[in-house]
Amino acid sequence: MFQVRIHGRGGQGVVTAAEMLSIAAFLEGKHAQAFPSFGSERMGAPVMAFCRISDGEIRLREPVMEPNAVIIQDRTVIDATDTFLGIVAGGFVLVNSNSDIRHKLKKVTVKCIDATELALEHVGKPIPNAVLLGSFVAITGILKIESIVAAIKTKFPGTMGEKNINAAQAAYNRVLRII
Amino acid sequence: MLHQLEGSQAIARSVALCRPNVVSAYPISPQTHILEGLEGLVRSGKLESCEYMNVESEIGAISVALGAESAGARSYTATSSQGLLHMMEVVYNVSGLELPLVMTLGNRAVGAPINIWNDHSDAMAARDAGWLMFFAETNQEAVDLHILAFRIAEETQCPVIVNVDGFILTHAYEQVDLPSQDQVDEFLPPYKPNTSLTVDNPMAIGAMVPPEYFMEVKHLAHRKQEQALEAIENLGNDFYNKFGRNSGGLVHGYAIQEAETVVVTMGSVAGTIKDVVDELNREGMKFGELSICCYRPFPVSAIVSALKNARKVIVVEKSLAIGLGGILSREIELALNGLDVQMVSVVAGLGGRNITKAMLKECFLKKSSGEVTFLGLDEKLVNSNIGSGL
Repeated sequence: MFQVRIHGRGGQGVVTAAEMLSIAAFLEGKHAQAFPSFGSERMGAPVMAFCRISDGEIRLREPVMEPNAVIIQDRTVIDATDTFLGIVAGGFVLVNSNSDIRHKLKKVTVKCIDATELALEHVGKPIPNAVLLGSFVAITGILKIESIVAAIKTKFPGTMGEKNINAAQAAYNRVLRII
Repeated sequence: MLHQLEGSQAIARSVALCRPNVVSAYPISPQTHILEGLEGLVRSGKLESCEYMNVESEIGAISVALGAESAGARSYTATSSQGLLHMMEVVYNVSGLELPLVMTLGNRAVGAPINIWNDHSDAMAARDAGWLMFFAETNQEAVDLHILAFRIAEETQCPVIVNVDGFILTHAYEQVDLPSQDQVDEFLPPYKPNTSLTVDNPMAIGAMVPPEYFMEVKHLAHRKQEQALEAIENLGNDFYNKFGRNSGGLVHGYAIQEAETVVVTMGSVAGTIKDVVDELNREGMKFGELSICCYRPFPVSAIVSALKNARKVIVVEKSLAIGLGGILSREIELALNGLDVQMVSVVAGLGGRNITKAMLKECFLKKSSGEVTFLGLDEKLVNSNIGSGL
């Protein structure tokens, strides 16, 4: 089972990111479970969402305690909440940031991408979730970018979906060039 | 067909497949997405011949549903927590009038202090109200139990509450298999009410009953629920035969054949418990799990037959009778009266407190003191309050 925890602030599409990730996994025939850390859905407040991906049925309902990956949509939540808690050895953290993040994590890879910049360029709004999902699949390879594209289309069938798909695709290509 | 859906949207689509004629709607977290989903289905024309009524309060929502059912319309509403308490007078009237209404309860704690998160306090407020009550473990079960609920309600003339853990299920995206309209139509025939209020055939329902008859009415209601056990079990089997899923019935056992210790619970925490059971059994222990799917009527025989070989029964419940302790655990204890079984009562997850595998595992392996365990309780905080004279 692959477990993801997404941190950010209300209004940045944190919950939607987890949902789209689960749809992408479903489209590849996997089992997936996405759910928010409930009750904090205020604009600007720190928000968490979770996604589990597995080849078999997922019964577990606890929050993701030992993530394989953490996605941080807003670097200002790093100090506000314990964003690195429980990351497994060999896990990685993907941060929306235009500069490197200082950390003391051993056996954990931290990657930064300026997702807000790419979102502004392609979507016209500082909503970094699609960019981060594109980057996430480029780094992990656990899902195909085509599935992320299809998941965005499912959630946002109109023009906004198209723009987010462009953002995800651009991020995917950029990260593939870097790594 | 398989879909990856939010629990609430899956429930809305399942209810729509049951072709309700009237949906009365008043929002309250965490069930609101269900009614919003139904509104979308009515507005887009996907759910035809359905009047979707926005009302001013929860008591309005259930009153509209009562009126619509009395007029012979298949009706539906949903609520949570204080919303159910606000409905309560009419909740008793619906069952007393034998109206087969189906209601979803997106389970949530009851204040004060105000808390929007999940537990089963709201469901427990309705446990003696004469409704049949089912608990879903997954969103697939939630989908299936709604289809079953309409069929069972109309066959037994008892209203049904389908309990779905608020947020944990209502807001979770997971895979669900939604049956086709044809399949549901075959399983759930159009509603033919025994009697209905019409202008052409004027009559009164709900007349006053004096002491000479009131006890008989209540006795019959009790008998009727006991008889419903058979219908619930049989229709659960029919559902399995038609849809291939064992979502209904009375209880669901997991690894109980060989089990020395069986953990009994209701709702979505069963999944986490099963994962713990598997871990413990891999370590050479003999654990099992039993979910009470049908909580009302209380399926005493099914529970006894599932637990009769167990040496220890641990009840994990998301409810508390203040001044008594666990509610489900007392009921299980009564059911097992006379059997040589050690009982352990665990109150967990109140007001949305996380229930983790690690917490459960530690609790299951601990030697019981005989007292109720409050899983994850901050003893230091509690003791400091007791020290200051509460």
